[in-house]
Amino acid sequence: MSSTTNTSTQHTSTIGAIGAPSRRNTELALLVFAVVIPVFAYANVGLAINDQVPTGLLGYGLGLGLLAGIGHIVVRKFAAYADPLLLPLATLLNGLGLVFIWRLDQSERLQNLAESAYGVFTPSAPKQLLFSALGLALFVAVVVFLKDHRILQRYTYISMAVALVLLVLPLVPGLGDDTFGAKIWIRIPGVGTIQPGEFAKIILAIFFSGYLMVKRDALALASRRFMGLYLPRGRDLGPIITIWAVSLLILIFENDLGTSLLFFGMFVIMLYVATERTSWIVIGLLMSAAGAVGVASFAGHVQARVNAWLDPWSCYENSDACYQIGQSIMSFGSGGVLGTGLGQGNSDLIGFAANSDFIFSTVGEELGLAGVMGILLLYGLIIERGVRTALAARDPFGKLFAVGLSGAFALQIFVVVGGVMGLIPLTGMTMPFFAAGGSSVIANWALIGLLLRISDTARRPAPAPAPNPDAEMTQVVRP
Amino acid sequence: MNKPLRRIAIFCGLLVLALLIRDNWIQYVQADALQSRKENRRVSIERYATPRGDIIVDGKAITGSVETKGTDYKYKRTWKNGEMWAPVTGYASQIVGATQLESLEDGILTGNDDRLFFRNTLDMITGKKKQGGSVVTTLNAAAQKAAFEGLGDKKGAVAAIDPQTGAVLALASTPSYDPSSFAGISSKDSETFSKLEKDSDKPMLNRALRETYPPGSTFKVVTAAAALENNVVSGIDEATDSPEPYRLPESSTDLTNQHGDCENATLRDALKVSCNTVFAKLSDSVGNDKMIEQSEKFGFGEAELDIPVRAAESVYPEDNRPQNALDGIGQGSNRATPLQMAMVSAAIANDGKLMKPYMVDQLRASTLDVIESHEPEELSQAVSPDTAQALQDMMETVVNDPAGTGGSAKISGATVGGKTGTAQHGLNNKELPYAWFISYAKLSDGSSPVAVAVVVEDGSADRGEISGGGLAGPIAKSVMQAVINSKK
Repeated sequence: MSSTTNTSTQHTSTIGAIGAPSRRNTELALLVFAVVIPVFAYANVGLAINDQVPTGLLGYGLGLGLLAGIGHIVVRKFAAYADPLLLPLATLLNGLGLVFIWRLDQSERLQNLAESAYGVFTPSAPKQLLFSALGLALFVAVVVFLKDHRILQRYTYISMAVALVLLVLPLVPGLGDDTFGAKIWIRIPGVGTIQPGEFAKIILAIFFSGYLMVKRDALALASRRFMGLYLPRGRDLGPIITIWAVSLLILIFENDLGTSLLFFGMFVIMLYVATERTSWIVIGLLMSAAGAVGVASFAGHVQARVNAWLDPWSCYENSDACYQIGQSIMSFGSGGVLGTGLGQGNSDLIGFAANSDFIFSTVGEELGLAGVMGILLLYGLIIERGVRTALAARDPFGKLFAVGLSGAFALQIFVVVGGVMGLIPLTGMTMPFFAAGGSSVIANWALIGLLLRISDTARRPAPAPAPNPDAEMTQVVRP
Repeated sequence: MNKPLRRIAIFCGLLVLALLIRDNWIQYVQADALQSRKENRRVSIERYATPRGDIIVDGKAITGSVETKGTDYKYKRTWKNGEMWAPVTGYASQIVGATQLESLEDGILTGNDDRLFFRNTLDMITGKKKQGGSVVTTLNAAAQKAAFEGLGDKKGAVAAIDPQTGAVLALASTPSYDPSSFAGISSKDSETFSKLEKDSDKPMLNRALRETYPPGSTFKVVTAAAALENNVVSGIDEATDSPEPYRLPESSTDLTNQHGDCENATLRDALKVSCNTVFAKLSDSVGNDKMIEQSEKFGFGEAELDIPVRAAESVYPEDNRPQNALDGIGQGSNRATPLQMAMVSAAIANDGKLMKPYMVDQLRASTLDVIESHEPEELSQAVSPDTAQALQDMMETVVNDPAGTGGSAKISGATVGGKTGTAQHGLNNKELPYAWFISYAKLSDGSSPVAVAVVVEDGSADRGEISGGGLAGPIAKSVMQAVINSKK
């Protein structure tokens, strides 16, 4: 395929645009599995820990089933041609996440730890169930009220402003909540803590899509060729430098390597898709490398994480960062191929953040290699459906938006799971749908809602052509 | 825009692939290494998750388990009369790990041993909880008590073995420690442990197995054996060609004797009154090579003597002539563990045949099924039966002759052979000497149920009062007596 803009707007969609079946029944069937599997897992945990089927099983099953049911009905009614896999995948991951959070609530070790640290232990699972319901409510709102994702295009610059405000909020004195080194939470009295970065991720994607859709030609065409790369003009470098600077500022002031990497990565991906210029990838990689090295050599917080990643055992006794990552890796190792079985591992040795940042270590220990690979593939499927939605979308805004959301999702999975497995330095982000934390689950349900909306628009059959009045008049004369 | 989209799709796929590869690396390739890392508390959590199996002496458990309140470790190890049994059992502490039998037989005690796999699987299917097996030792409770109480407040060690099988009957070391005092995980346990570790009396040192001492005059038995085996002397009652004092070869040092008339003494008389001159000269006549050879037949130079707890290596090194002559009276550079000297005595009592010492008789599953049973094993023929008879004859003279040094070990109703030792040590021999006694007892039917070695490090503040016969002999006697009584 040539690199002219002409071909890039051609619709080589892999999902047939016309006459495609809605696939709503497929979705319903998959949803049954997505509800039944976590219910079994829940019963399994109860049997392993207390030797009895948990008393809340019925309530939990009904709750999850109700959420899935509402989601399905809304999609059937308002986005009939939406992708059939996304909702079941999100439901399954959300359901399993709840089971793991509940399982860690049962841990005596974590209960004692919370009591000694805060004086009181509050189980996370009921809260998480509430957040999941709120997340689904937001999902429903997106599907119902956002008739067409292109409406969001109008809010390009407002989105930018909102996203920046959200990102800066944790730094506002009196509002920010500094926990475990990273300043990424805000505390609203009476409500609890919110992680605005999770919402900023989506809102920034709107801004990037809108902005790049308009500027893509300038960014792509006005360039000089140098050593096989198309170098952009100086003034076109403005936006990427701005985003880079903002990412660095987040990193420096909020101590949050993950969010910073996520935003910059998402922007580079979208820039590349919009311009088809490999040079942006190269420039992006160089800039992020420079930024990361620069900050790592100044910020002690980041340095500790990097040292813990390089060799957790040398500093295991005297550094929390090393202890956590060491415990996490041992959790995975102790799980082995098949795992210890739900409720029978000792991943709670990790201590703080066992049910949020490190929840995947519990999956590793209790479900083993088999379970982790399965769940990673579920995440992989969400990403794949997201990118496919981008391919199928007919408008550049939708394409950019969908690839931005799914690219960010992929980066987030990589950064979180890679971090707890010791593949890359730990960054302290939450595992979408799995980890305990309201902001994350709510924002990610919204993300799924947006992807569904885009895929619905993409797959919806074109309106039937108006009847041609000439058709009946014409006679075909066979020779 | 679809070409870059497809590339992004591939990129995302690669990200997931990288995670999958990493996952296989840590959960499959490195899983075993991570599971057994010392930082991984799961090993000890598993160890204490169920009541530990017991260590058995004379059909009774000398260990136990109590339930704790902790979240990590459900059960804690306890010991009955821990100070007395610590040299046998070792410890199994939640805070510092396990040693000796508690560590070596951990698989059986926790029930995780591979040989229990089939039973465990059955139990899992039938819904029974996993249970640890038990370790049945060869020890004799009465002998152990006699040894431990005999040593009392003194620093020292006792090793007693059955000459016919090599079964360890007593293994005491003082000062000792109570493993129960740091079996848990509290800071008090940790303090107790570090206090014990720093104690200058080294209570956690298993002196009977892991400490080597200059054997002193008890080694003269080995020298006598070498002299007889190599025909350096023609008989035990022939006069030897021994000057008094004896000038060490290639040196200007004169060796003297503490008591008795040793000039040209017979081998029997020389051993009876412990003549340094005679045995130093004999060692020189036998030569370093042959002395090493004889020592090794008795078990010296074995770096991996596992009973199953590994004993320290007793050594008889290659030496120059004067040093080799001193080695012959146990005052050169040769060193021995109490267990080693008990083995010397045992081999002589067993007509020259040295049996491999062992202290685990059986390993049993929780159902009492025997999983492993020890068969007595011959280590070597240390000396010929004739030499063994001659040596027995001489050692019995040491005890029975009124002029002998070993009278304190005499037992009515049994024949006792023994040898005393008072080992000088320290720079210029300034330190208090070690009092040694090795012996065996024979019953009227000719069988020999026990051989014992006793060492007392600091028997008396006055060096003049320290003698093997006076300090160590009575302990050896009561240990032998206890074994003989328990046979009746």
